[in-house]
Amino acid sequence: MSALSDNLVTFAILVYLVAMIGHAVEYALGNVRTRVATAAPARELVGAGGGVVPTPPAPVPSPPTVDRSAGRARLAGLIGVGATAVAAALHLAALVTRGLAADRMPWGNMYEFVLTVTFIGVAAWLVVLWKRQSLRKLGLFLTLVMVLLVATAELVLYVPIVPLVPALNSYWFVIHVSTIVFASGIFLFGVVPAVGFLMRNGYEQGKRSFPYTLAKRLPGAVGLERLTFALHAFAFPIFTFAVIAGAIWAEAAWGRPWGWDPKETWAFISWVVYAGYLHARATPSVKRNVATWIAVLGFLTMLMNLFGVNIFFTGLHSYGGLD
Amino acid sequence: MTVVDDRPETVAPAPRRRPNRLLALLRNSWRQLTSMRTALILLFLLAIAAIPGSVLPQRGISPEKVNEYFVDHPDWAPRLDRIGAFEVFGSVWFSAIYLLLFTSLIGCITPRLRDHVRTLRSRPPAAPKRMARLPQHTVMPAPPGGAAAIAAALRKRRWRVEVRGDEVSAEKGYLKETGNLLFHTSLIAVLIGVALGSWYGWSGNRLLVAGADNAFCNTRQQYAEAKLGPRVNSADLPRFCLRLDDFEARFLASGQPEFFNATVTVDGPDEPTRSADFSVNSPLRLNDASVYLLGHGYAPVIRYTDRFGNSQISDEPFLTTGDMGLTSEGLAAFPDANVDPATGQRAPDQQMAFTGIYLPTAPEQAPFVRSQYPTERNPALNLVAYRGNLGLDAGIPGSVYQLDQRQVRAGKVKEVGTKLLRKGETWKLDDGTTVEFLGTERYVTLSIRHDPGSTMLLVSCGVLLVGLMGSLFGKRRRVFFRVVPADPGEGSPTSGSSLMEVGGLPRTDYPGFADEFTQLVAAVSGAERAGAGADSADRAGVREGAE
Ligand code: HEM
Repeated sequence: MSALSDNLVTFAILVYLVAMIGHAVEYALGNVRTRVATAAPARELVGAGGGVVPTPPAPVPSPPTVDRSAGRARLAGLIGVGATAVAAALHLAALVTRGLAADRMPWGNMYEFVLTVTFIGVAAWLVVLWKRQSLRKLGLFLTLVMVLLVATAELVLYVPIVPLVPALNSYWFVIHVSTIVFASGIFLFGVVPAVGFLMRNGYEQGKRSFPYTLAKRLPGAVGLERLTFALHAFAFPIFTFAVIAGAIWAEAAWGRPWGWDPKETWAFISWVVYAGYLHARATPSVKRNVATWIAVLGFLTMLMNLFGVNIFFTGLHSYGGLD
Repeated sequence: MTVVDDRPETVAPAPRRRPNRLLALLRNSWRQLTSMRTALILLFLLAIAAIPGSVLPQRGISPEKVNEYFVDHPDWAPRLDRIGAFEVFGSVWFSAIYLLLFTSLIGCITPRLRDHVRTLRSRPPAAPKRMARLPQHTVMPAPPGGAAAIAAALRKRRWRVEVRGDEVSAEKGYLKETGNLLFHTSLIAVLIGVALGSWYGWSGNRLLVAGADNAFCNTRQQYAEAKLGPRVNSADLPRFCLRLDDFEARFLASGQPEFFNATVTVDGPDEPTRSADFSVNSPLRLNDASVYLLGHGYAPVIRYTDRFGNSQISDEPFLTTGDMGLTSEGLAAFPDANVDPATGQRAPDQQMAFTGIYLPTAPEQAPFVRSQYPTERNPALNLVAYRGNLGLDAGIPGSVYQLDQRQVRAGKVKEVGTKLLRKGETWKLDDGTTVEFLGTERYVTLSIRHDPGSTMLLVSCGVLLVGLMGSLFGKRRRVFFRVVPADPGEGSPTSGSSLMEVGGLPRTDYPGFADEFTQLVAAVSGAERAGAGADSADRAGVREGAE
């Protein structure tokens, strides 16, 4: 069962890769099409925004190719979505088999933890996509994040199955860890529209250098920004609850609710940064892209907590299983 | 989400003549400090200031690591120490940041609290003249009851309603600001809870060896290390005693622990006498103290019989060295050995001490330095005997777990042999005295604490969460209804009855408002109407109006 789980993870990574390629192809083909179809509107948009008007790229004068490649782009995008769903199913199966093999929730060490967090992220993405299909083009970034995180988990954090140490054997384990996992998953997913927004926003303001050009086919900046906020606003109270639950548990297990252990410190840092994001977004004098950068910073602090703390520091939370 | 920035200026204009420079400066600084921008910057500083606390070892958490750091970085460490880098969370700069932040917070929420109370007591404002300018606007057939029916329908949906003639104003979502204020106020309560805990709380750690002779009573002297808050003195500690009766531990084949349970007898003036079990994750709760199980180990029982035939027993705990197999190191000292029973004379150079490594499961062959499993499958005690002046009388505080190496170096204590002892074995030393390894006792490492701020912390964290949800998910919005007589010339399908003009205004960022508005208006319009036909007509009307 444990070996099956490991294999499923590998398969899931491969299928995420396929999904990423699907989305990338859609991007590439889409660019061919947009060159013809949207060059004019894009220029209008830029003009309206008051930015610098760049010389529009020369249109490719062959309408039949255009139509066919548009159809193909869509197909590639749908393949990307389908593959993401398949990969998510494999990912879930990997978690379930791991949990069955260990005879407990699969959150006993950092490897399992990251695996669950990333699954929550992809599941949230599929739910959002179901409701708002116009977001499909974000799939490229999402699958990229998934491939990187899951592969890093497998390569760096992997540990064989062991039962829980007594300190983890508590119902607070389920309460604290499930909420942390859930909130972290949503935060991780939240960085996708955040980065999408930053690129798209730059694009809409007339920036035509490298990362911004990727945003040509993304949905509008306002919608991306709203989604970013919605995800963070949703995850933040859950994360807050999880941290409080952790403190209650720490009081029972270690005799103090808060001890500035490295993991606690980084959870605090993430919490403060995300609180900063919500503040910044609520302050009209702070620009939306500045606020969104704070959300990205929050994502980096989450990564630090997911990977960095277990690798660089030791503390009471060092049940990551790495030596 | 522009609650704060569009708050009306409440500060009265400064008097023109003779402006007091200092006062103006103060007022300006205060305004700066309580702005959202400053709050944002302080939040950031707080996050950044916390980073060194996770990167550098901290005294409060791992003092040994701090000492190691001093050894490894002799040039850097003192400089870092001077700026408090090893006590980040108690340092001046960290405290300064959060105190400023909380000052800013108080300065920020006080006026908002006042404004909010005012809002809660005031009525929703009158409808604007030109409703068509509001973000949402529609014209619909009014329900038969007119303004009163509209108001009733709104009230049923928990809007706050004010009727002014033919006009109805309604507002909803005060919860947002209420929640926000509750959230920020409970942040202050959390801080107070933490402060209470550190002022009035105390904690101590100690090892407790099983057996009636080793019982421990909760006094300052009985702790190896104790921390009392500034408002606590030794006499305040609750009086109770603990005796470890049993300790049970189960391990997996790999040596990983699976289960612990400590059984103690509690008694003392402040506690009813009873037997109690506790474990990791489920501490022993006493009146005004909690006892936490942090670790465990073995205390070898060693009997030394001196040249006069007097026996003494040591059962000092041997400290675990951190490996899976619970290899432990320790010291059995007999400073009163070889006292002549006839004269009562001490021979200071005839004191005895044994340092040793205890292996619960010793390997089959030498070297006997590392235990292979945490339970006692093949217990062995590897002893080194020392004779001489242990230096315990010199008044220099020594560790009970380590031989004073200064005495060894000075040649006052000499090594007289080494031997591996199995349980029950006796070792005869060169001077004919004997040492026996009788067995072991279990010991547990306890942390005993009292935190009088914890209830306050828990409650304020609960309020904080509730407030946060209200703040994040609440949506403040207003709707206005004006009932107007139907224009008879227009020949509308609902001719004869009156129309209502409706406007809606979200006061916060609220993308879903259009939908809510549409549904609300349809429901109000159809409030006292029966039949599906009328209903669908309503909806059509809404759609037209919403365009
Ligand atoms: C102790 C530090 C603080 C923390 C951890 C904190 C945290 C938060 C959080 C998480 C929110 C999001 C809730 C929401 O969006 O409704 C929020 C909102 C808000 N905070 Fe703070 N805050 C702090 C200090 C302050 C200070 C000093 C001010 C005043 C200058 C302030 C004013 C506000 C306002 C006005 C909102 C509402 C934003 C909105 O309309 O949504 N906060 N705060």
